Amino acid sequence: MFYREAGHYKTSYAADQAIFPLRLDRWFVIAVVAFAFLGMPVIATQYVYTEVLIPVLILSIAAIGLNLLTGYCGQVSLGTGGFMAVGAYAAYNLALRLPETNLILVFLFAGVMAMLVGILFGLPSLRIKGFYLAVATLAAQFFLEWLFARVKWFTNYAPSGSVAVGRIELFGIPIDTPQKRYLLVLAIVVVLTLAAKNLVRGRIGRMWMAMRDMDIAAEIIGIRPLHAKLSAFAVSSFYIGIAGALWGFFRLGSWEPLAFDINRSFQVLFMIIIGGLGSILGSFLGAAFIVLVPIFLNQLPHWIGIPVSTATISHIEFMVFGVMIVLFLIAEPQGLARLWAIGKEKLRIWPFPY
Amino acid sequence: MRASAGPDVAAGDVLLSVGGVSLSFGGVTALADVSFDIRKGEIRAIIGPNGAGKTSMLNVINGFYRPQHGRITFRGQTRATMRPYDAAHGGIARTFQNVALFRGMTALDNIMAGRTLKMHRGFLWQIIRVGPAQSEEVAHRLKVEEIIDFLEIPHIRRIPVGRLPYGLQKRVELGRALAMEPDLLLLDEPMAGMNLEEKEDMSRYIVDVNDHFGTTIALIEHDMGVVMDLSDRVVVLEYGRKIADGTPNEVKSDQKVIDAYLGVKH
Amino acid sequence: MLGPIFETLIGGLLTGVLYSLVALGFVLIFKASGVFNFAQGAMVLFAALSLARLSEVMPFLAALALTVLIMIALAYAIEFLVLRHLVNQEGIILFMATLGVAYFLDGFGQTIWGSDIYKIDLGLPKNPVFILESVFAGGLLIDPSELIAAVICAVLVAVLAVFFQFTRVGRALRAVADDHQAAQSVGIPLDHIWLMVWAVAGIVALVAGMMWGAKLGVQFSLALVALKALPVLILGGFTSIPGAIVGGLIIGAGEKLAEVLLGPVLIRWFDLAGGGIENWFAYMLALMFLLFRPQGLFGEKIIERV
Repeated sequence: MFYREAGHYKTSYAADQAIFPLRLDRWFVIAVVAFAFLGMPVIATQYVYTEVLIPVLILSIAAIGLNLLTGYCGQVSLGTGGFMAVGAYAAYNLALRLPETNLILVFLFAGVMAMLVGILFGLPSLRIKGFYLAVATLAAQFFLEWLFARVKWFTNYAPSGSVAVGRIELFGIPIDTPQKRYLLVLAIVVVLTLAAKNLVRGRIGRMWMAMRDMDIAAEIIGIRPLHAKLSAFAVSSFYIGIAGALWGFFRLGSWEPLAFDINRSFQVLFMIIIGGLGSILGSFLGAAFIVLVPIFLNQLPHWIGIPVSTATISHIEFMVFGVMIVLFLIAEPQGLARLWAIGKEKLRIWPFPY
Repeated sequence: MRASAGPDVAAGDVLLSVGGVSLSFGGVTALADVSFDIRKGEIRAIIGPNGAGKTSMLNVINGFYRPQHGRITFRGQTRATMRPYDAAHGGIARTFQNVALFRGMTALDNIMAGRTLKMHRGFLWQIIRVGPAQSEEVAHRLKVEEIIDFLEIPHIRRIPVGRLPYGLQKRVELGRALAMEPDLLLLDEPMAGMNLEEKEDMSRYIVDVNDHFGTTIALIEHDMGVVMDLSDRVVVLEYGRKIADGTPNEVKSDQKVIDAYLGVKH
Repeated sequence: MLGPIFETLIGGLLTGVLYSLVALGFVLIFKASGVFNFAQGAMVLFAALSLARLSEVMPFLAALALTVLIMIALAYAIEFLVLRHLVNQEGIILFMATLGVAYFLDGFGQTIWGSDIYKIDLGLPKNPVFILESVFAGGLLIDPSELIAAVICAVLVAVLAVFFQFTRVGRALRAVADDHQAAQSVGIPLDHIWLMVWAVAGIVALVAGMMWGAKLGVQFSLALVALKALPVLILGGFTSIPGAIVGGLIIGAGEKLAEVLLGPVLIRWFDLAGGGIENWFAYMLALMFLLFRPQGLFGEKIIERV
């Protein structure tokens, strides 16, 4: 009754192809974004910024990146952690050695570096497919991990092997409070999300999805596999690299290569499985899920009143993730995003059952 | 308007010719020294009992299989082999026996995917979308809608093709091939698994495509009635060899063809 | 000069045997059901943990018997709860599902059994000995427990090979691996077969777990061994038992040799902070194979027909 489509005519193909063809959808998203920029800073606490909002937003970028590669283009990658590391260390080194560089350029540089590495490690995808490609990306992951741990130049010869980021500022404004970090990350997220959404609904998105669904048939309609796969790796790694840089700069402050190990790769993969493969919204939902579940589990003992050790909690996290992955793959392979879409469908015809 | 791979061919002249093509896998011979041609504007049927090598022949023309011997001449250019996407860029489109649609996409997107060859706006325009990329998208959408109307499938536009009944899937696949505006359309058993009504519809579309757009068509088909009605000329294969080549009537009364279908021992 | 290289080689080969054991479990399941069981590593860990903890409260043999039952039950649970529902999905979905199972087992195992390092005492000699003192000056340093593990592995492989080739059940397993539908149509009960395969894989996991556990102590990182088995499978082919063995040996030896021979060179040239070549060498090697010989050394070449 509230979520209506009747009486809403699209009078041009452009309107039909818009990101949110339904007016209600459009208003909803605009409201959410407006709230994020204007409303959230009013009510959010330091804790919410640093433990919830910023991690979810940054990991959403990584999730979008991986989703473009795996969900839309069907190329599985377990190298997400490694590519994030490339972005993080690229950003760190540029900021360190050319301190006057504009912050936006630093992050763009991180993305470009990760993109180049991504294209390099994406080359095997021309000969290897599916699960074997996943194994090949493991080579990228472990090699990159090792590279940043051992090649001293990357860590500026730090004896401890970890790096720290100093003062961060943008156009003279220091980005030193959680709120400012949040707003900057949010702005970056909005831009990158819009770009991704535009990509996937046009010819490039169709090209990727064609490769995913049936690469043989894709060739017949004139798609060059080389171009399709490498472009997916390139764009994906660009996003993941920026996410890595943001993670290092705004979430961690200081880090070691361990922050970007194989567990990180699995984490992002889980996000897109649970959130929904081939869905931009799903990337956000999955990131939110993965970040919030541990927080929830950590708070649960307090609320119930039973003391539980942190080690046990992390074990339970693992169990919950494992079960969720299996559940989603069996029952709803299109993840939370599909559940969301089903919810909207129901709302459209409410109060009628069908 | 069409991506040209060679000089344009006048109606009635040879558009594609297959010369002495032989193909084998491991020890199995799929095609043995097959030669025939396809003239521009005609509907050419390729028939023969099961295992005759018909699909392999299309795969060779299309670039999927590399023949051990022989050449393909398309629009005056001769090649031993080419990649499928080169065939596509050259103006050859094709459908498959087992419907090779993109299952994760809607019918509309599948047919839009057929326009890929003709869409050129680069990454940066795509990211911004507003402007040239958007106009390109709308322009091609118009073309695709024409095809959707032609094939009478507007009601299934937004349905993921995996959910469509087989007959409609085949229609969408035809739509995708048509979206490429090909010079040569290869159809692999376009009527397989269809009932009488669906066959009549499909026949109508094929004839219309040939009449209105002048698209040259090569089709593999088992239904003799269809072959007789639709095709201008027929090529008959058996065990990888060509055993007859001519008009439907000539072929129909050729003893070798009759023997092949009745399974008479040679 | 040659001595230390040989020592490294032998040490690497023996480690390789342990990789092979884990890979063997993968091959069994993949051969029969086409599923790439990423949970194999977690199963190894779970088996080892169970054995270690149970043997603290009961005699070793009793603990062993109980663990075998647990592993069979676990195998059945995985098949029944997870895989049965994903029968027609592509490999990558199955892979991700077994990834989920691995995570679950990881957490579950540590919740039940605890997360300290536990010992498995197999009564194996602990101290390295010197051998071949007459051939090499000072002799070569060998860990006898690894040697025994190698022998056990060889026995296991021989048993499995006989089982697959010469028994009716083994033949049925091979039929299922080839073509599920055809096997069903000649009356082979798919469910039973898969259960048996998983049970065997579970037992192999147990053996691997015992060997690793006795050597290293049972702890969390055992699950990461599963990842190392992937390059083994790529080298050896996913469906070949001898391939798993040879692949494991090559990876084990290759890693160690690379660390010892290549490591110092790289450290000098690039001013590295330490070695660690082992971490990625196996995967890079696998990548090379994937690019140039994707079927591995023993696997079957796959022709894609349109």
